[in-house]
Amino acid sequence: MALLSPEVYIKKNIAAVQEYSLLSGAAIANIFTRPRYWADIFTQMDSIGVGSMPIILLTGFFTGCVLALQSATALQAFGAVSKTGSLVSLSMVKELGPVLTALMVSGRNAAGMASEIGSMKVTEQLDAMRALGTDPIRKLVTPRLIATVFMLFFLTIIGDAVGIAGGAMVSVAMLGLNASSYLHTSYQGLVYGDVVQGLTKPIFSGFIIATVGCYFGMKTTGGTQGVGRATTQAVVISSVFIIVVDFLVTRVMIGIFGS
Amino acid sequence: MTSTIAAHSSEPLDLPAGTPVVEFDRVSITFDVKPVLENISFSVERGQTLIILGPAGCGKSVLLKLANGLLGPDSGTIKIFGKEITTMPERDLYALRAHIGMVFQESALFDSLDVADNVAYRLHEEHVPEDEVHTRVVEALKFVELEQAIDKFPSELSGGMRRRVSIARAIISGPDLILYDSPTGGLDPITSTTIIELVMKQRDVSHTTSLLVTHRLQDAFALATNRFDTATGGMKPIPHESGINGTGPGIDDGTKFLMLNDGGVVFHGTTEELVHSEDPWIKAFLS
Repeated sequence: MALLSPEVYIKKNIAAVQEYSLLSGAAIANIFTRPRYWADIFTQMDSIGVGSMPIILLTGFFTGCVLALQSATALQAFGAVSKTGSLVSLSMVKELGPVLTALMVSGRNAAGMASEIGSMKVTEQLDAMRALGTDPIRKLVTPRLIATVFMLFFLTIIGDAVGIAGGAMVSVAMLGLNASSYLHTSYQGLVYGDVVQGLTKPIFSGFIIATVGCYFGMKTTGGTQGVGRATTQAVVISSVFIIVVDFLVTRVMIGIFGS
Repeated sequence: MTSTIAAHSSEPLDLPAGTPVVEFDRVSITFDVKPVLENISFSVERGQTLIILGPAGCGKSVLLKLANGLLGPDSGTIKIFGKEITTMPERDLYALRAHIGMVFQESALFDSLDVADNVAYRLHEEHVPEDEVHTRVVEALKFVELEQAIDKFPSELSGGMRRRVSIARAIISGPDLILYDSPTGGLDPITSTTIIELVMKQRDVSHTTSLLVTHRLQDAFALATNRFDTATGGMKPIPHESGINGTGPGIDDGTKFLMLNDGGVVFHGTTEELVHSEDPWIKAFLS
């Protein structure tokens, strides 16, 4: 690969940020204007939401399990094993549920979007779509954006729930805790601000997954090798963005709710 | 049947007499640092077929994409149906493209849609009633003699069949301008002849203005020296009396040539002028 001068490198990256911003802006603006591709929105909801359910159930459940095991070990030193439920639910709802769900959906769907749209780009299907009078952003990006934001919200709730259930299973079956006590402390440990924080994050993560996946798909060049590169970049960049934005949202939420 | 396809054009174009359908004026475009087209100027009148020739990588496909507004030039102006498209917002371009059909180099059919949905794509976008869509899809597929493949997916078709579906998709709305990007590229000679006959059929039966990119001289000259015979459903040579100097094969008056090399126009004119050109590069290219 040819070495770029610092000037060209900076210009290229600023241009990429500009292109990404324009794509995201156009995708959002399309939500409020016609035509709307409802069939594509529902197809994407099925693919992203229902299709991601198995991995969300598995990762959520086992994360809850391992969290309960680790927390119990630490809490035992203070004689507070009974607080395991509270710790598991707080961690799942505020942090691990939203982030892990987003990362799993990113790995599955940002990659899928980048490869699908990238393949369409290199085979001139996007040009054909424009030549046939259809805006590819409206037809391909906006439905994916709506579907990802909407479905990730509910996937996160499911992830949180099965995580707490996994924690309950370990607490009862392996740590000998009372199921009712576990669920009670889990419920008591959560306050309004925690739930709002946990459910705000998937909105941002869904936006990142859809826009980054579609952006790398739409700027794919270089044939099948380019599609592979776009897929990798989409997963890496969206995952990093999710973690960074998670930190920023957490900071803002702490500022608002104070905990 | 063909006239029915032509009659489906979404809105009649209000093009004043004498206004070229396509007009390029000093158009230049550069990719990264490499100039692809420099100061390209030419025009195409209504009903004409302009065959764009040139070696691989000389910017022929780029020129077609510029004509459809899929790419924007760095300088110069492009007018399609008398309207300048270089400064036109993308939303208005979508409306203008309702009058333009395009056949892509690799067909560019949508993998996830079957042949019927690929051909009907534009009609679905225009919310045409389903009964009418089906009738027109069958009509367009009959034009390319592929009605038996209506339920197949692009992956089940051969290269030639995909190209024919692509032509059906381009003509279904009865466009006023068709852009063919190497419609015979990568096909065997027999399939290439079938495709050229379809291009000729569209030219001679519907009289659609067209730009055709090719690097195959035999296809270009087949178009220039033959007409579509509706009786036999194939091409037949144009009578000798209209040939060059009254000898040799006859030539189609509406077919013109544009030759590109190194980003510039090296020839623009009639078949007769092309074969009599003294330019050494053109002679070498034609030999």
